[in-house]
Amino acid sequence: MTEMLKIVDLHAEAGEREILKGVNLTVKEGETAVLFGPNGSGKSTLLATIMGYSTCKVTQGEILFKGQDITEMTVDERAKLGIGMMMQRPPNIFGVRLGDLIKATSENGEAILGEAPNFKMQNFLDREINVGFSGGEIKRSELLQLTAQKPEFILLDEPESGVDLENIDLIGNKVRDLLYDQRKGCGGNIQRHVSSLVITHTGQILDYIGADCAYVMKEGRIRCSGRPMDLLKEIKENGYGECGACQIIEL
Amino acid sequence: MSDNRAVKEALGKQGAYGEDIDIDLYETGSRDVDQIDDLESSEYRKYMENVGVVADEINRSGTLMFIDNGMSHCHAQEQEGLEMMSVREALEKHDGLKDYFWTAVDPTKDKYTATSYLDDADGYFIRVKAGHHVKNPVQTCMLINQNKSAQKLHNIIIVEDGASLEMITGCSTAHHAGDSIHVGVSEIFVGDNANLTFSMIHSWGKQTGVRPRTVCNVGKNSNYTNNYVILNPVGSLQSFPVANLGEGSSATYNTMCIAHEGSEIDTGGLVNLNGKGARSEIMSRSISMGGKMCARGRLVANAPQVKAHLECRSIILKDGGSTLAVPELEAHVADVEMTHEAAVGKIARDQIEYLMSRGLDEDQAISMIVRGFLSGSINGLPPALQKELDEAIEQANLGD
Ligand SMILES: Nc1ncnc2c1ncn2[C@@H]1O[C@H](COP(=O)(O)OP(=O)(O)OP(=O)(O)O)[C@@H](O)[C@H]1O
Ligand SMILES: [Mg+2]
Repeated sequence: MTEMLKIVDLHAEAGEREILKGVNLTVKEGETAVLFGPNGSGKSTLLATIMGYSTCKVTQGEILFKGQDITEMTVDERAKLGIGMMMQRPPNIFGVRLGDLIKATSENGEAILGEAPNFKMQNFLDREINVGFSGGEIKRSELLQLTAQKPEFILLDEPESGVDLENIDLIGNKVRDLLYDQRKGCGGNIQRHVSSLVITHTGQILDYIGADCAYVMKEGRIRCSGRPMDLLKEIKENGYGECGACQIIEL
Repeated sequence: MSDNRAVKEALGKQGAYGEDIDIDLYETGSRDVDQIDDLESSEYRKYMENVGVVADEINRSGTLMFIDNGMSHCHAQEQEGLEMMSVREALEKHDGLKDYFWTAVDPTKDKYTATSYLDDADGYFIRVKAGHHVKNPVQTCMLINQNKSAQKLHNIIIVEDGASLEMITGCSTAHHAGDSIHVGVSEIFVGDNANLTFSMIHSWGKQTGVRPRTVCNVGKNSNYTNNYVILNPVGSLQSFPVANLGEGSSATYNTMCIAHEGSEIDTGGLVNLNGKGARSEIMSRSISMGGKMCARGRLVANAPQVKAHLECRSIILKDGGSTLAVPELEAHVADVEMTHEAAVGKIARDQIEYLMSRGLDEDQAISMIVRGFLSGSINGLPPALQKELDEAIEQANLGD
């Protein structure tokens, strides 16, 4: 399998502080990778740096996407290459209606609006993006936007956090739809061709999408990697205190 | 009626705001103008349509057009209670319009009012008689067609008790007539329990000087909405409409402008809340693309239980110009609730990048945000205008 995303010795600053301190991480084509790590360890910063947000300044290292160095690319260049992101805390976009944005970004134009009810977002199309949205509404709006965009590689920042038990199914299934292309299934098997890097604290989302490998980030570095369920169990039992010292897999 | 000597003296009086214009450099526009029967085949059609005035007159109750200083078209659909003609005709027909003519605007206010008065400027007269509701908007168009000329107009609008009217006014200059000035005095009278929505779209030349002078007197329990849009380059524009509100009435001003490089725009307005329980909201959204922009707003509470809010927001897209927000609140009684908000700055980077992360390039992202920012100012914009506005914003080339 070829490498979709390869991050090499990445150092990045946010707010003039070094947050990422030499990150190495690889996601292969069709793979779902999970990123665990304590609050404030730099997970969201890593995703924002991959997307190219200017709040994160790369000082060293590189980001390769499908073999191409994207470290210096603008956000839209990365998006056009096929990277998409669901943000943990997206900004309010005053004056811009959700419906107008998804129409503008979907290759099918207007038709995307018909998808809104499946996300319970039909009453939000005329609302300003994220303005006054509740936590769960933001998640559904982000997923609807990603559905319009159809990325090949998706960065998901805590897709299930703050979502109630009823909506978690919706979120989980929609994330699943994004990652698995139903049409490409052969012999009745659903095939995955979209890759992703998913941040989760609880692992709930993994019940819907499954995952191939997991990484633990601590203080701006990847401390270990392993099978998602093993790592999750370890973290649930022992917390992150042991990370780096544990013996699951040394990097 | 003012005494002529005082008005003559006022010819030397500069406006309270905005740079001074030497009116004598311009020849007073002609009153002898083309009479247009069919707007659709008229050579002026494109100028009209640029400013929201539709040539086919579909969904309009009537159309009145002035070219330079003379009326060139006046046509009303069958509509009970609506009267449309030139002010000159109205003066004859209605005994000198003595309760209205020069009663709201003081001719000695400044040189612009004075020159209109002394030149006996003509303009449009529109009246809706008591209890009548004019269904579709009435549209008026003011076009400057003569270079180096001064268009001087004096308009009178009357919406009597219990009546309602929606007006769309478009002002424009022909391509060859950009170096000119427009001085438009408008006296507006809204009775009791009446409604007037007055939307103005301007599209001038890069050198045009524009000095409208508008006062609206509003009776009791009435609503007055004033929408003002200018998105194209202009030389110098200064406008500060005044509304005087009676008991229980409300005034809403929505202003949307773009100050291009070389343009100087000074807009805003004053609302005097003179009656108990009067309300007002002044909203202004502007963009500076290297031009000089000043957004003023002044709310004066002279009666109890007044509620008023003022909001000036400005985005600076390009350096080279300046932006000034001047929100003012003044109260003469204790029992009032008045607030204001002002914000000037660039578009937050994270908003632009958020849209870029969905695949829009930077220019598309900026123009989407700016478009939303501008149209967010006008609530209750006549649907008929939304399309024109969208087109005008599109043409304003906000991406570059
Ligand atoms: N723009 C910024 N200015 C200053 N500090 C920042 C900035 N962005 C991130 N940080 C800091 O960097 C650290 C990592 O933040 P980040 O959001 O990446 O954490 P996280 O791992 O996603 O945490 P959580 O699990 O709580 O979401 C935090 O201490 C945060 O305060
Ligand atoms: Mg985070």
